[in-house]
Amino acid sequence: MSELGAAALEDIEIRLLLEALYLRYHYDFRHYAPASLKRRLRLARDQLGFKTISALQEGLLHEPDMLPVLLGYLTVQVSEMFRDPSYFKAIRETVVPHLRTYPSLKLWIAGCSDGEELYSFVILFREEGLEERTLFYATDINQEALARAQAGVFSLERMQLFTENHRKSGGKSSLSDYYSAAYGRASFDKSLRERVVFADHSLVTDAVFAEMHMISCRNVLIYFDRELQDRAVGLFKDSLARKGFLGLGAKENLRFSRHAGAFSDFVREEKIYQRRAE
Amino acid sequence: MSAVPLEAVVIGASAGAMEALSALLPALPQNFRLPVFVVVHLPPDRKSLFAEIFQAKCRVPVREAEDKEPIRAGTVYFAPPNYHLLIETGRSIALSSDEPVLYSRPAIDVLFESAADAYGPALAGIILSGANEDGARGLKAVAAAGGVTMIQRPDEAQAPDMPLAALAACPQAHILPVAGIAAFLQAL
Repeated sequence: MSELGAAALEDIEIRLLLEALYLRYHYDFRHYAPASLKRRLRLARDQLGFKTISALQEGLLHEPDMLPVLLGYLTVQVSEMFRDPSYFKAIRETVVPHLRTYPSLKLWIAGCSDGEELYSFVILFREEGLEERTLFYATDINQEALARAQAGVFSLERMQLFTENHRKSGGKSSLSDYYSAAYGRASFDKSLRERVVFADHSLVTDAVFAEMHMISCRNVLIYFDRELQDRAVGLFKDSLARKGFLGLGAKENLRFSRHAGAFSDFVREEKIYQRRAE
Repeated sequence: MSAVPLEAVVIGASAGAMEALSALLPALPQNFRLPVFVVVHLPPDRKSLFAEIFQAKCRVPVREAEDKEPIRAGTVYFAPPNYHLLIETGRSIALSSDEPVLYSRPAIDVLFESAADAYGPALAGIILSGANEDGARGLKAVAAAGGVTMIQRPDEAQAPDMPLAALAACPQAHILPVAGIAAFLQAL
């Protein structure tokens, strides 16, 4: 028997676990970017008290209750409301004037996680007078995150940063108008959710579900490998109306994508793209 | 120092980073062939000026890392503010928006641990001045993978806590003044 390094062994264990996750529960993480995935799985292994990734896999296969717990580890990402205020400023100043020309709008927040980005957009659209003609779709594969997004409750101590971001994004109101504070929590007003559809949707395995005028998908593609990025961007391409907008995270881009030709730079420095009319 | 030829360098710094990096990065010769990845703790809400500042000071190309970028030889990559910087085993750059580690995003540990996985013994890890313990775990991972580990002399560092924490976690690391670390890199 040949010696196998610990790292190579761990890589095998990770592949097997991802296969098990897919075969048993149909969650497909096999094309996620490996470095970050490995880090999350090690964290799950250690914090859940397993000695090896294989032991974690056994637990996952035999105890369905483990699924949401593991998904929590695999999909958690920490965002902010109005993260990168200049992005939201660019939406407000350059995208909104185009959106105003449509009688009705559909906006998709893909990979909405706990909802920080969703609430940012609803507030921005309300401030710009677009909320009433817009249907917002907020999707994620993590049911627990979707439930948190739907609840709209954030830790009060984050409000200082969110308020500052909102102001820098060109906010026309005060963020505190939209939430009530109690017991260290900020609960966002339910009226902000009246036009939001929350749905379990996977960029990995699911299909187009509506024609969108804008898609904002920030810091989700960084978790995918190139092949999966191509699938997701293809899905965005097929979901967008002609001349619809796609916004990505500050450090994401379409440069390496197979579908780059279907988009033109709209606000290059903010990673806002426009679907070409063809 | 290392059993195999080095293929990459990772550097972590926090408080006092500007001074330490200013003595280190501009010393890299124009024909330096290894990629250099740098995590400096930054306020998350601001554009980082490190890449711009060092581009002007250095003889090698300096840039802020972008997701999925192929790694270029002889280039210095800074982690962007508010993202972790990781290295894939396939030798490309990855960013993540995972929770901060030890209150930091980017975190030095995240870069070092992923780079240790990707490069194994062909990696040099360097911990410079800083006021917390980020990087200690990462440097230990670099050593465990057989890589070269170096720590700025704590009495020379503007903030000695990070070098001291790294030293406690990784006692076999070489303790050098920044000038000594620069000389080591120049000789590669």
